[in-house]
Amino acid sequence: MAFEGLADRLQETIKKITGKGKVSEQDVKEMTREVRLALLEADVNYKVVKDFVKRIKERAIGQEVMESLTPGQQVIKVVKEELTSLMGGEQSRVAVSERPPTVIMMVGLQGAGKTTTTGKLANLLRKKHNRKPLLVAADVYRPAAINQLETLGKQLSLPVFSLGTEANPVDIANQAIEKAKEEHLDYVIIDTAGRLHVDEDLMDELQQIKQNVNPDEVFLVVDAMTGQDAVNVAESFDQQLDVTGVVLTKLDGDTRGGAALSIKAVTNKPIKFAGMGEKLDELEAFHPERMASRILGMGDVLSLIEKAQDNVDQKKAQELEEKMRDASFTFDDFLDQMSQVKSMGPLEDLISMIPGANKMKGLKNVQVDEKQLVHVEAIIQSMTKKERVDPSVMNASRKKRIAKGSGRPVSEVNRLLKQFDDMKKMMKQMTNMQKGKKGKKGKGFNFPFM
Amino acid sequence: MSFFKKLKDKFSKTEENQEVSDKYKSGLSKTRGSFSSKINNLVARYRQVDEDFFDDLEEILIQADVGVNTVMDLVDELKMEVKRQNIKDSSMLKDVISEKLVEIYAGDEETVKAELNLQPNDLSIFLFVGVNGVGKTTSIGKLAHQLSEQGKKVVLVAGDTFRAGAIEQLDVWGQRVGVEVIKHSEGSDPAAVIYDGIQAARSRNADVLLCDTAGRLQNKVNLMNELSKVKRVIEREVPSAPHEVLLVLDATTGQNALSQAKTFSEATNVTGIVLTKLDGTAKGGIVLAIRKELNIPVKYVGLGEKVTDLEVFDAQAFVYGLFADMIESSDDESLDS
Repeated sequence: MAFEGLADRLQETIKKITGKGKVSEQDVKEMTREVRLALLEADVNYKVVKDFVKRIKERAIGQEVMESLTPGQQVIKVVKEELTSLMGGEQSRVAVSERPPTVIMMVGLQGAGKTTTTGKLANLLRKKHNRKPLLVAADVYRPAAINQLETLGKQLSLPVFSLGTEANPVDIANQAIEKAKEEHLDYVIIDTAGRLHVDEDLMDELQQIKQNVNPDEVFLVVDAMTGQDAVNVAESFDQQLDVTGVVLTKLDGDTRGGAALSIKAVTNKPIKFAGMGEKLDELEAFHPERMASRILGMGDVLSLIEKAQDNVDQKKAQELEEKMRDASFTFDDFLDQMSQVKSMGPLEDLISMIPGANKMKGLKNVQVDEKQLVHVEAIIQSMTKKERVDPSVMNASRKKRIAKGSGRPVSEVNRLLKQFDDMKKMMKQMTNMQKGKKGKKGKGFNFPFM
Repeated sequence: MSFFKKLKDKFSKTEENQEVSDKYKSGLSKTRGSFSSKINNLVARYRQVDEDFFDDLEEILIQADVGVNTVMDLVDELKMEVKRQNIKDSSMLKDVISEKLVEIYAGDEETVKAELNLQPNDLSIFLFVGVNGVGKTTSIGKLAHQLSEQGKKVVLVAGDTFRAGAIEQLDVWGQRVGVEVIKHSEGSDPAAVIYDGIQAARSRNADVLLCDTAGRLQNKVNLMNELSKVKRVIEREVPSAPHEVLLVLDATTGQNALSQAKTFSEATNVTGIVLTKLDGTAKGGIVLAIRKELNIPVKYVGLGEKVTDLEVFDAQAFVYGLFADMIESSDDESLDS
């Protein structure tokens, strides 16, 4: 079920057109098809995808291929730029009313996470902005919703206003604001009951609350896992209540979160915050750029490409490749390669940028010991030139000398030699495999269904 | 007999069936409105079955959250069918489209009704799992009501010791429905509460024990391990249990529902799905994708906010509701001719 990211999806298509100087219309057609599928799998609304792909096509056709990027990367770049601009800039500001209290209304479907977000938002306002918020329990329908907000209030040591389940939500809101004025609290956050956007009676109730309290912000709380329907929900809430911002919840899950894009596209209201966990301090400012990468499922390919571009000496890379092919790879090359990788930044960062890396078992949360690299470097630097080029001359006394010079035990020197040997073998195999593949193709091997 | 006739006959035969189908019809009126009227539109727009026709069909299905892979497979199958039967007229394809959809929804006709695995003379233990905010506690309340109505003695156990107010929420449901709720305080070990629940259910000679658990996102490894532990505790106490592990899914969820179904199955061996909030979302396509890709049956459907708004999932009734427009209009057509 693992969804391939856009980068993986594009691999095949890219293979066909690498080396071309210009992106042709046919290439773009093929690639935009992949872009389309990737977006749909990420739950971006169909209509939004359609418009989006159309724009990408227009921008990508006929573009000169930048020297540093392959056509495929080029398209990804265009896609990401468009996505990011569509998502807008970062806007995690919350309105401040000239006449306190500032009133915020939280609205949304059932189970989106309004109550939890109410608690988190209050916590954020107090901690970051040094405000005094009042939580208002206006969800009189769901069993124990008031209780839930009161518990959150207790955990945060913040006041909670409630009138029980018999009261009218409009009255609750009105009285809460009076109370906030009396007690000089500067924010009032009203937690309303979850409701369907098509439930006329309950939507009416929200409109009444809105007319009565005249809120400075109406936040639509949306589950990041929402599918194609996100568009209808957001459009409907926005039409009836003129939403001022969106909070995306449960973004700590593994959803790609295409709903974010759909909502932004149909309402054009900023996504202000993202819920990133169950704890009350896990509400973060929303980062459109990161969201764009996430929807495309491509990690941060571009930054990786850019980093590689900046740091890897192309000529050296070419030499290296040739050496790998004829297996004349030496310890000196190894050292070179290591310093190049190191210059790109901490390895953990690099790994986290590889698309799909956090899905791979071995790579999840991997902690690379940078010290190890230093040790390896020391060992290689303690070798003579001859030893570096031809490790077969290595004997017990040479190893002892290297160990002494690098300050590492002999066993570690042995291990490195073994690893290096294995690596060379692997390179040989790989080049053989490539040759083998070509041979097979020549024979005209085909799948029966092709 | 045509496929639609069969469906229609089935639901006009008895009063009881009529009532069920009415409920599906009203609960799914929005689903139906947007989904099958689109297919109708589609069929009306295209006289000929060509690439554009299939593109549009693809669009309708994807907008119903069916999921790209399932849609592609389905469209491929349809294309083959069109070739085989040499269909050129799009109105003829209508039957084929819905038949294919039902095939995926229903599978073998024998297994269409997905009944709960109730132990006739012993305690049945049902475990409810799912991500946050899908409606686990509400579904438990509704199911407790239904089982009580059937004369079963039901006990609930508040295994969500994490979320603020979760225990109280289940407690309120217990009072509403008139069944006992076994609970510990917030923050206690869920496995321990469930253990106590089993002991209590036994000593009270209960028929069914419904276990609530805290919502958790499926990528939180520790929380999923906690869930496996809860299941192990149940297994240790009652070797044949849990008799059902019900994954509660929010029908508004998109493609992530597949990942949920998969990961929760790995942790707890899910035996069925409760699809909630189907009255609100305009789509139900996720059921199709889950049936096709994971073969987990949908057992219950949440169709509204009332305590009685939980229906046993009946694939044919579901499809009837989904395609009622089409069925009726095709009837009219046959009358005309």
